[in-house]
Amino acid sequence: MDEIAPEYDVVVLGTGLTECVLSGVLSVKGNKVLHIDRNDHYGGEAASVNIETLFKKYRNVAPGEEPWKKYGRVNDWNIDLVPKLLMANGELTNILVSTDVTRYLEFKQIAGSYVQQGKGPKATVAKVPSDAGEALRSSLMGLFEKRRAKKFLEWVGEFKEEDPATHLGLNVGSCTMKEVYDKFGLEDNTRDFVGHSMALFPEDEYISKPGMAVEAINRIRLYVNSMARYGKSPYIYPLYGLGELPQGFARLSAIYGGTYMLNTDIDEVLYDDSGKVSGIKATMKDRDDQSDAMKFETKTKKIIADPSYFPGKVQVSGYLIKAICILKHPIDKTDGSDSLQLIIPQSQVGRKHDVYIAMVSSAHNVCPRGYYIAIVSTIAEKDANHHLELEPGFERLGEIEEKFMGPPIPIYEPLESGEKDNIFISKSYDATSHFETTTYDVRDMYRRAAGEELKVEGLREDQQLAQE
Amino acid sequence: MASRQPAGARPGAKFAQFKLVLLGESAVGKSSLVLRFVKDQFDDYRESTIGAAFLTQTISLDESTTVKFEIWDTAGQERYKSLAPMYYRNANCAVVVYDITQAASLDKAKAWVKELQRQANENIVIALAGNKLDLVTESPDKRAIPTADAEAYAREAGLLFFETSAKSSTNVRELFTAIAKKLPLDQAGPRNLRGAAPRPGVDLRPEAPGTQGAGACNC
Repeated sequence: MDEIAPEYDVVVLGTGLTECVLSGVLSVKGNKVLHIDRNDHYGGEAASVNIETLFKKYRNVAPGEEPWKKYGRVNDWNIDLVPKLLMANGELTNILVSTDVTRYLEFKQIAGSYVQQGKGPKATVAKVPSDAGEALRSSLMGLFEKRRAKKFLEWVGEFKEEDPATHLGLNVGSCTMKEVYDKFGLEDNTRDFVGHSMALFPEDEYISKPGMAVEAINRIRLYVNSMARYGKSPYIYPLYGLGELPQGFARLSAIYGGTYMLNTDIDEVLYDDSGKVSGIKATMKDRDDQSDAMKFETKTKKIIADPSYFPGKVQVSGYLIKAICILKHPIDKTDGSDSLQLIIPQSQVGRKHDVYIAMVSSAHNVCPRGYYIAIVSTIAEKDANHHLELEPGFERLGEIEEKFMGPPIPIYEPLESGEKDNIFISKSYDATSHFETTTYDVRDMYRRAAGEELKVEGLREDQQLAQE
Repeated sequence: MASRQPAGARPGAKFAQFKLVLLGESAVGKSSLVLRFVKDQFDDYRESTIGAAFLTQTISLDESTTVKFEIWDTAGQERYKSLAPMYYRNANCAVVVYDITQAASLDKAKAWVKELQRQANENIVIALAGNKLDLVTESPDKRAIPTADAEAYAREAGLLFFETSAKSSTNVRELFTAIAKKLPLDQAGPRNLRGAAPRPGVDLRPEAPGTQGAGACNC
């Protein structure tokens, strides 16, 4: 076994997407990176797993029983643990293209983006209009409302933050989104699908918060521009599941000299006299032979880690509930789409937070032909009976072959910035339906850890590969 | 599907692209073999792999058949058993390398072959390459693995087999040509048409046209 270097610039703990993007970027920038995961696979909370692993994770499978057997070959399944999609024009796409990680991955469109109106048996499901023209044809609105929505979306397209002529006389820096909606006379139902299925706000706080108008408008623009990119929906998705994303960035890191060790436990984090991190002690386990473990110690100036490595340095900011469902049919009222996002706005079903459905299928090489994987998720609002909170989502799914649901998942955030101890901790994957907030966290962590803004454009052209 | 023609090719010409992965213990010369094959270069003091992680090289099998290899290097991720499943995914062929002057390296190669059979496509074409033949040509007593032993194992496991030297270039081209000949040119999956035809999914590059190829259909 090769020797571990005596010192690294950065030790990264956990191979979730946030950690792998940072590891990749830091390696390209010339940092010497050691990247460790206690698990024997990449991805951490953002991994995609096969169906045997899924059964074992969520169910007590009796010895000798193999309930996954009826679902075909185990490795034909790549089931995401985190329900998220990529915005075609979003920041993660930008990072993927700038770093050339797209070379290792292939993407496909998500076939549709839908929103529910009403609840129970009377609920309708409709395509989210993608632009002013589609608003005119949408079944979501009545005749006059369609015209108002068309005007609104046209204005969003023309809006420029730096050009007051496009501001309709509003003080956009401080006004609320309610004032903007009022200006166009939009009805509550329209505000609902615009805010929740286009701006993708999971609750209604944004409407009355002063100064939120620009962010809301920018979110709608991101949706519209992402939609315009490939046509069917604003979302794209990697073949073989989201777990491919961290693997791709890990490969980028390795190509630029990053060292990878899976299956490795951190035994101790070492600090110097001033309280800053100075090194780690760790043990690499052997997959087959537990006696063949390798203990080592190395110095480092900084640690980047997911919350699970420093339970004492994080707090819980909320709880996510989700159920992974296996179906044998597409979702009713969605034109037979092989993949989709369906948003059930909170107000339609008497909640404070939206219920999301993200569905993918064999079109994305995540399951055998004829199956569909739908994840229903929301933010927990009650202390018990969480399956009832997801019920509006289950109603949409129809017959469910298997439902995998665990206890509410805590969403962690770091207590401190990392300035004091040089330990920079990521946030858990939140309840949003895409990776935009994950990339905010990547940028924020990079700023704190590297002391400069992250600029991914032209990142690789600036650097010489060590051996080329 | 693999027999699609690139633009401007003569009628009847076949062009196929395949993913090739390299495996083997550290320092047996994986990257050197590729560098010789792709750039016809050799560097005596090459350090552990950094950089040469994604190379392509084309071989003309005959006047009408061209095979393009998309070659993936481990980028050192094999060192602590941390290769990602992505590495094996859709690999059509693999070169498993050992060092004929290091007795233990053939055992490691055998373990990699097992790993490939577990993780990769069922019909993957695997070649076993005993590298550093130049060292043995200079001083025969440096040989630690008899040719016959490796050959017998390769035959038993159904692998192509060559002893190679990245340094002197012996058998390098022969190795890759033999792989190209053994690949099923008419059965390549859609991924192998990359470069020769639109990719099945969407192209994320900003300058790329919106919807591409099969991405437009609902299949």
